[in-house]
Amino acid sequence: MVATTPATAFDLDRAWRLHPQVSVRPEPFGALLYHFGTRKLSFLKDRTLLSVVESLGAAPTARDALQSNGVDGTDTERFRRALATLQASHMLVERTA
Amino acid sequence: MTLLADPPATPSAPGSVPGPAHDPGRSPGPRPGTRLVDHFEHGLDAPICLTWELTYACNLSCVHCLSSSGRRDPRELTTDECKAVVDELEQMQVFYVNIGGGEPTVRPDFWEIVDYATSHHVGVKFSTNGVKITPERARELAANDYLDVQISLDGATAEVNDHVRGPGSYDTALRAMQNLHDAGMRNFKLSVVCTRYNIGQLDEFKALADRYGAQLRLTRLRPSGRGADSWDDLHPRPEQQRELYDWLVAHGDDVLTGDSFFHLSAFGQALPGLNLCGAGRVVCLIDPVGDVYACPFAIHDEFLAGTVRAPGGFQEVWRHSALFTRLRTPQSGGACASCRFFDTCKGGCMAAKFFTGLPLDGPDPECVQGYGEQALAAVSAATSTPRPSQDHSHRTERKRRPVPVTIGRGPSAPPVSACAESPLAGFEPGGALR
Repeated sequence: MVATTPATAFDLDRAWRLHPQVSVRPEPFGALLYHFGTRKLSFLKDRTLLSVVESLGAAPTARDALQSNGVDGTDTERFRRALATLQASHMLVERTA
Repeated sequence: MTLLADPPATPSAPGSVPGPAHDPGRSPGPRPGTRLVDHFEHGLDAPICLTWELTYACNLSCVHCLSSSGRRDPRELTTDECKAVVDELEQMQVFYVNIGGGEPTVRPDFWEIVDYATSHHVGVKFSTNGVKITPERARELAANDYLDVQISLDGATAEVNDHVRGPGSYDTALRAMQNLHDAGMRNFKLSVVCTRYNIGQLDEFKALADRYGAQLRLTRLRPSGRGADSWDDLHPRPEQQRELYDWLVAHGDDVLTGDSFFHLSAFGQALPGLNLCGAGRVVCLIDPVGDVYACPFAIHDEFLAGTVRAPGGFQEVWRHSALFTRLRTPQSGGACASCRFFDTCKGGCMAAKFFTGLPLDGPDPECVQGYGEQALAAVSAATSTPRPSQDHSHRTERKRRPVPVTIGRGPSAPPVSACAESPLAGFEPGGALR
């Protein structure tokens, strides 16, 4: 499973966005994500995580996206690991511009 | 038909996909709470994916065909009706459909419907026996990111495959895989229905998939459609269930299963996947005439939820049909509730139980703890098992027989000319009149 990828590499101080081939479908429990390139499905089991993911594209860094959604302190590490898992499955890509 | 459907719980989906919140044990997502599977048991506003069989027509007559396909049904959805279904799926944000049949590619408008779907944000994975996958077509498929192809093959050798799928079908499938490989298509699916004749070939199937750059997908044989008649001959023996389970555990996420083997989880460790019957909760079937069933393995009036042709269309059926509403209420474990494996096996497959005459709240006919055999022994003496509600099988036998004609001029008169005008032309009085 993807989760075996070390979830330590995700850099909160860089700019990220959803992969252009990823579709997001909000659900009561969070959201479903589908990547048309890898044909993989993922689940976001938290509405706040969904908001964070959706705001990544416009935020200067992932840390800014977390803070604008009220995620800070001890929660930060758990969210960082969730984002790292999304990165490992190519749902998130780094924004270069 | 092609076994496309990854019914119970979506195709390569949740199962093979990890996902931030997928496994509460690892809980990469924040605030682990209710398990996802609990959300899914209550159903979603739209299916995660669904199976859509476009036609009952098929060039083959596989003995285990889930939909008893062969002949086209004159009532099948028109091109415009199919496009209207796609419009609904797009609006409901269904990410992709598993298209099958029958052999979907024999529909003259198949490629038009596929193009319409993929240009409307509905991805397509279609199942085929490979008959129309020419080199040219393979190149088109490889160029479309929103398309995936699944080649059906039920034996790693022609002998084993053709016994189930018919003469020549092995060569057809391998030719299609070669064309896809040559066109640069990667990770298309090689889809195998596990039978007692091919369980011993799992390594060979894997090698075959690797050779063509494909991904192996194994699914469970169901006693549905013509499978009801071939089940006793084809379904894996108890010791083969264990062999299959061990092989699946060893290969993990490298092999897709459409979550179809969750009944094997009662051997111990749960297999990757949702381990949930997704019928009417996260998956369903639209059949060629637009009827909506709870799952592709349950084409029977008992599991018919409605039709896309009624007012409100597919969305109305999915969200409000009485059947789906009932399937989304908590299910009783019945006779299985006290089994310590119930939480992972959930009593197994609804369709497998139904078509073998077992009660839906009892054990699966292939329960690996042996409860299924006991239950089957109890029903076999009783009434007959339910039959599929429809049958589009070819009316002819698949087996080739000598054609009963003789060639050459017969013993009597020369053929009558087409220009002969006599009303008695060609008439020969029988011997009785002489």
